[in-house]
Amino acid sequence: MKNFFVSIVLLCIAGSSFASEQDVLMVRSTMPFPEAMSSLQNSIIEHKYTLSRVQRIDVGLEKAGFKTSRYRIVFFGKHDEMKLLTDSAPQIAAFLPLKLVIFSEGDETMIVALNPLHYDSATNKPEHTLLLKRWHNDIKSIMEDVRKEE
Amino acid sequence: MKNFSTLLLILLVPLTAYSAPQGKQLYQQNCAACHGDMGKGGVGVPLALASFLDSVSDRYLFTTIREGRPGRVMPSFQDMSDVQVEAIVRYIRSWSKNKAPVYPLQPIKGNSANGKKLYAQHCASCHGADAKGGSGTGVTFSRPRDLPIIAPSLANSGFLAAASDAMIKHTLINGREGTPMNSFSRQGMSDSQVNDIVAYIRSLQHTTTDQKTDKSEPAYIKYESSESMKSTLAALKNAAIGANFRIIREQLFEQGYVEKGKEDSKKIILYFCNFSMLNKALAIDPRVGLFLPCRVTLIEKDGKVSMITVNPSAMSKKFNNAELDKICAEMTGMYRDILEEAAL
Repeated sequence: MKNFFVSIVLLCIAGSSFASEQDVLMVRSTMPFPEAMSSLQNSIIEHKYTLSRVQRIDVGLEKAGFKTSRYRIVFFGKHDEMKLLTDSAPQIAAFLPLKLVIFSEGDETMIVALNPLHYDSATNKPEHTLLLKRWHNDIKSIMEDVRKEE
Repeated sequence: MKNFSTLLLILLVPLTAYSAPQGKQLYQQNCAACHGDMGKGGVGVPLALASFLDSVSDRYLFTTIREGRPGRVMPSFQDMSDVQVEAIVRYIRSWSKNKAPVYPLQPIKGNSANGKKLYAQHCASCHGADAKGGSGTGVTFSRPRDLPIIAPSLANSGFLAAASDAMIKHTLINGREGTPMNSFSRQGMSDSQVNDIVAYIRSLQHTTTDQKTDKSEPAYIKYESSESMKSTLAALKNAAIGANFRIIREQLFEQGYVEKGKEDSKKIILYFCNFSMLNKALAIDPRVGLFLPCRVTLIEKDGKVSMITVNPSAMSKKFNNAELDKICAEMTGMYRDILEEAAL
């Protein structure tokens, strides 16, 4: 009975924090773009992820003749985790590697990510939920690192 | 019994913190990314603007946080407690030395037919002929930086729920200094004419058609090909080029994650882009980089090649941006056409 009560309470706490999560995570850094980008890359590495590539969207757009602010996409992940998920639920490959979008807004910088908890609908495998939750926490922590740095 | 008391104590600590929220902390967590740390705006309205704070009531701020602006990026914070929302309102209010205005909630009587004509003459150029507001989300890509805001959608159900008639009238009469919103009384408009415009704006409450969010759409699109990886990849490239896209990159899925040469050759990513469409989408909502440029992942398993990509329509629903929904629906159609052709 006691265990049942504790389980209910724990479930309620976990449920309430999950329910309030936004689909799109977003932070603003008061640092200009180059400093924010450097801080972002450092934090990704500090969180033990491999940073595989930075896609320079602004460069592509400018080459195509469009005017744009600085806009990059940072790809990162952990090989064993990506392999585990794509081997058992290939459709999740549409969302991997993980990515953070970083762009300048005036003198400040915006960083945006999709909440990994919402990949749940692509995997439909409860055993993946724990990993998705950790990705979610890590991404929030990375974004918070950049937000707090001045 | 001892365990029960301990459990209660553990529970009470966070609950106490929960019941006394820090407005500043909540603001920084939930609002600052769009409205700026000190409310100077950006994606969202510049909340700290003196003329804004002096003209909106706490009720307006509370209801706006609670209801959001359906289809206009500002999300609704339905999961927050009233106490939390009130704490955010108090924090926003702390940026002004003046007291919050309080408006009567009684409807203002006016001739909405005449108001419609006046609206077309004086308001439509900024707020749109249909009162659905200016285009874009307010960040760098969507507007010149010399403008602090994009004209709000007056027909939006969130706005109409939050703004009382008296508040709308106050804004029409006084304008908003520091924004393109001018004072109508200084332009010589009479009190009765202002009432007519208010009556017209309020009448939009019955015609507003905010987009209903359908989150049931699948998050990804998947097609299968019985051809080899090489043939499927070639067919996919041809189909993308045929649909007016440019191939920008082809890479192994594991590239950069394992030693070069040891990547799994049965997982490939193909990037392609229509820069004009990308530029258009970025101007509508710069967050689209979360699923653009276009990308298809090919995975070979058991003799079949799966082509998998995100479903832009499903992604768009996460952004609460009706303008983006239109272009994403178009993109979903294009993806399906390309993948279908490649799978033939």
